[in-house]
Amino acid sequence: MTVTDAAADATPEGVGDPILDLLNGFIVQLRAAGLPVSLTENLDAMQAIRHVPLEDRETFKYALAATLVKHHNHWKAFETVFEVYFSLRGDEYQIGDELVELPEMDDDEQGDQQGSGDQQGGGGENLTPEELAEMLYQSLMRGDQQMMRGVARQAVKRYAGMEPGRPVGGTYYLYRTLRNLDIDGVLERLLEQEQNEDGEAPSDFEQRLARDEYQSRANQLQQEIEAEIRRRLVADRGVEAMAKTLRKPLPEDVDFMHASREEMASLRKAIWPLTRKLAARLQRKRRHGRKGPLDFRRTVRASLSYGGVPAEPKFRNPRPHKPEIFVIADISGSVAAFARFTLHLVYAISGQFSKVRAFVFIDGLDEVTHMFEGVEDINEAVHRVNTEADVVWVDGHSDYGHALGVFWEKYGNEIGPRTSIMILGDARNNYHASESWIIKAMNEKARAVHWLNPEPQSYWDTGDSIVGEYAQHCDGTFEVRNLRQLEAFVDNLA
Amino acid sequence: MSHRFSDVAALKDELAGVDYLSDEGIAGVVYLADRLQKPILVEGPAGTGKTQLAKSVSEVTGARLIRLQCYEGLDEAKALYEWNYKKQLLRIQAEGGSDEDWTDLSDDIFSDEFLLTRPLLEAIRAEEPVVLLIDEVDRVEVETEALLLEILSDYQVSIPELGTIEAKQVPLVFLTSNNTRELSEALKRRCLYLHVDYPDMEREKEIVLTKVPDITENLADQVARVVRSIRQIELKKHPSVSETLDWAKTLVLLGVEKIDEQTAASTINILLKYQSDINKALKELATADGVTP
Repeated sequence: MTVTDAAADATPEGVGDPILDLLNGFIVQLRAAGLPVSLTENLDAMQAIRHVPLEDRETFKYALAATLVKHHNHWKAFETVFEVYFSLRGDEYQIGDELVELPEMDDDEQGDQQGSGDQQGGGGENLTPEELAEMLYQSLMRGDQQMMRGVARQAVKRYAGMEPGRPVGGTYYLYRTLRNLDIDGVLERLLEQEQNEDGEAPSDFEQRLARDEYQSRANQLQQEIEAEIRRRLVADRGVEAMAKTLRKPLPEDVDFMHASREEMASLRKAIWPLTRKLAARLQRKRRHGRKGPLDFRRTVRASLSYGGVPAEPKFRNPRPHKPEIFVIADISGSVAAFARFTLHLVYAISGQFSKVRAFVFIDGLDEVTHMFEGVEDINEAVHRVNTEADVVWVDGHSDYGHALGVFWEKYGNEIGPRTSIMILGDARNNYHASESWIIKAMNEKARAVHWLNPEPQSYWDTGDSIVGEYAQHCDGTFEVRNLRQLEAFVDNLA
Repeated sequence: MSHRFSDVAALKDELAGVDYLSDEGIAGVVYLADRLQKPILVEGPAGTGKTQLAKSVSEVTGARLIRLQCYEGLDEAKALYEWNYKKQLLRIQAEGGSDEDWTDLSDDIFSDEFLLTRPLLEAIRAEEPVVLLIDEVDRVEVETEALLLEILSDYQVSIPELGTIEAKQVPLVFLTSNNTRELSEALKRRCLYLHVDYPDMEREKEIVLTKVPDITENLADQVARVVRSIRQIELKKHPSVSETLDWAKTLVLLGVEKIDEQTAASTINILLKYQSDINKALKELATADGVTP
């Protein structure tokens, strides 16, 4: 029976308290994960689940998502919370007395195994590692979802070494399982197999396609394994604790300096739409911008048609204010990622500025403007900056004093009253001389000098950080640790 | 209140019947929108069939499709209603000689006869079932969004001279957005949210098979594979579904049976529209070693 039938005439209270409680708990978890869920959306979700069959997990999930998640970037966070909170904990998913849910491995009937979810065979308990490896190979070769799930279950059980109450994170188990399964090796084997079948050697192009195919299957398998580990962890530790450990920052809140490789990839993906949005917004702002100052002459002229009463004030057209931007970025080790995103962002909206010049430094300084000119792919330009720029003077450890000195000597004359200077860096100077008088001199010539620091404010001026010393000569010092802050800063700048 | 769809699976089949291949998520949300009588906000990259969804739903339900194309500068007069100024003027002049009371006259010229309905009002006043498509809603200014709020939450339009016009039937409303800017919270809160992404390989293959006549299954499969590989590369603009279809049609016209490097290189400009993307994709596809980070 579906809930739809039962709830057709029911008032929301009639849904039954267990479900309401469950949903409330879920929403609390969502909010804790940083998703903005309003009260109306909460009510909508309660309405929505009356109309979908509860036993259909996918539909239930989409019903919740459609009412609660209004931003695509939040989907991943939602999914994680959902998987944990509504983890499969029915009778058939009991961890302890679980026999094996492996589809039977009979060579004769390999064909008709697909899709039959209920098919459970015995015997999996006694699988040898070799048999498991063979199953892995088969499941990847055929892309059989059901079989992958089985392999995932077995692999986690056998290799992850999960023990109740062990205080390690899911990633550790994942690592252990994957290392033992040696998926990369299996992929190689599959590819070789492909080649042998054809007889003739496939072109690079074909190989590439085949590899992508197997890679996507392998990713599927990895997801199954992750899901399995999560399921077991939830069973061990309970929902609330798990949701807490799995909580990850939303993409716009990911810290530049501590982003993992995956987070970096997601940041790189997020930045392109972001720049597009920002450019559209700035353009709009400019077009509908405020009027200029009162135009006295034209107002008086217009007043003549009202008998001398200035009924229709006239304004001057606003002068588009297009600043010239100098970006001076520290690209040493830890802050490199930050510099890279900022350069990317500034160049993506360079149409909003009359001119953008970029300088990078570690202990030496080099102008890299030419690397961005006429380049369509900003990513590639940024990559070139990181590899080709001549920024090492002595030892390749940040020396702000020397770098600023070089800048002042070579380019100081080019700073004009329309120049906005952005300095990016954590101001960790390795106890070299600060030369902060240069910032002061720059600020006297330039329109503004802003310092963007990717470190949390509480770390400023600790250890060898001397941002305070520079800050006293800047127009503003900003903590810019994530995309959200970066976007806000650039928005204000233009 | 009768519902348009009996359940999710049936809806999915019906959509497939009009050549729109949905998935669980899409069908589920459309189904919910019908039950909850809420608008759907469809977001996603360009060319993934957002507008087509609204068209297909109107085809399935046999409802009339009323479309409001949004653009910058869209205003009340173009979206909601407008008084037929010229006709009003004519009416006043025609009465010029007689001594009709001004109040009668003003009642008269602000009546239904002089009202020009625009898409939103038309959808509200329609007697028969309609599907209202508000296309590319992200193109209007934030202030103009407010125009939509009343109609989206209460299905009514307030006209100062006439009073409030309530919907005779609740239209199924689709709003599409290419996500060029963040829509206001107020708008989002009133809608169900659906993100339509590029389809996975299996679904894309199905789409190619349904939409491109005379294509062999083998070729469709290859097309879907190549497109998937290209989408994994970091590009400015990934190929959309419509571009995939164009490419498949081209390959059929050229009589290609098996896509090799040569064919891919000479026709890739149908899939990708930036020269830098084309170069990058060709370079990537020619390396056997898979995705470079």
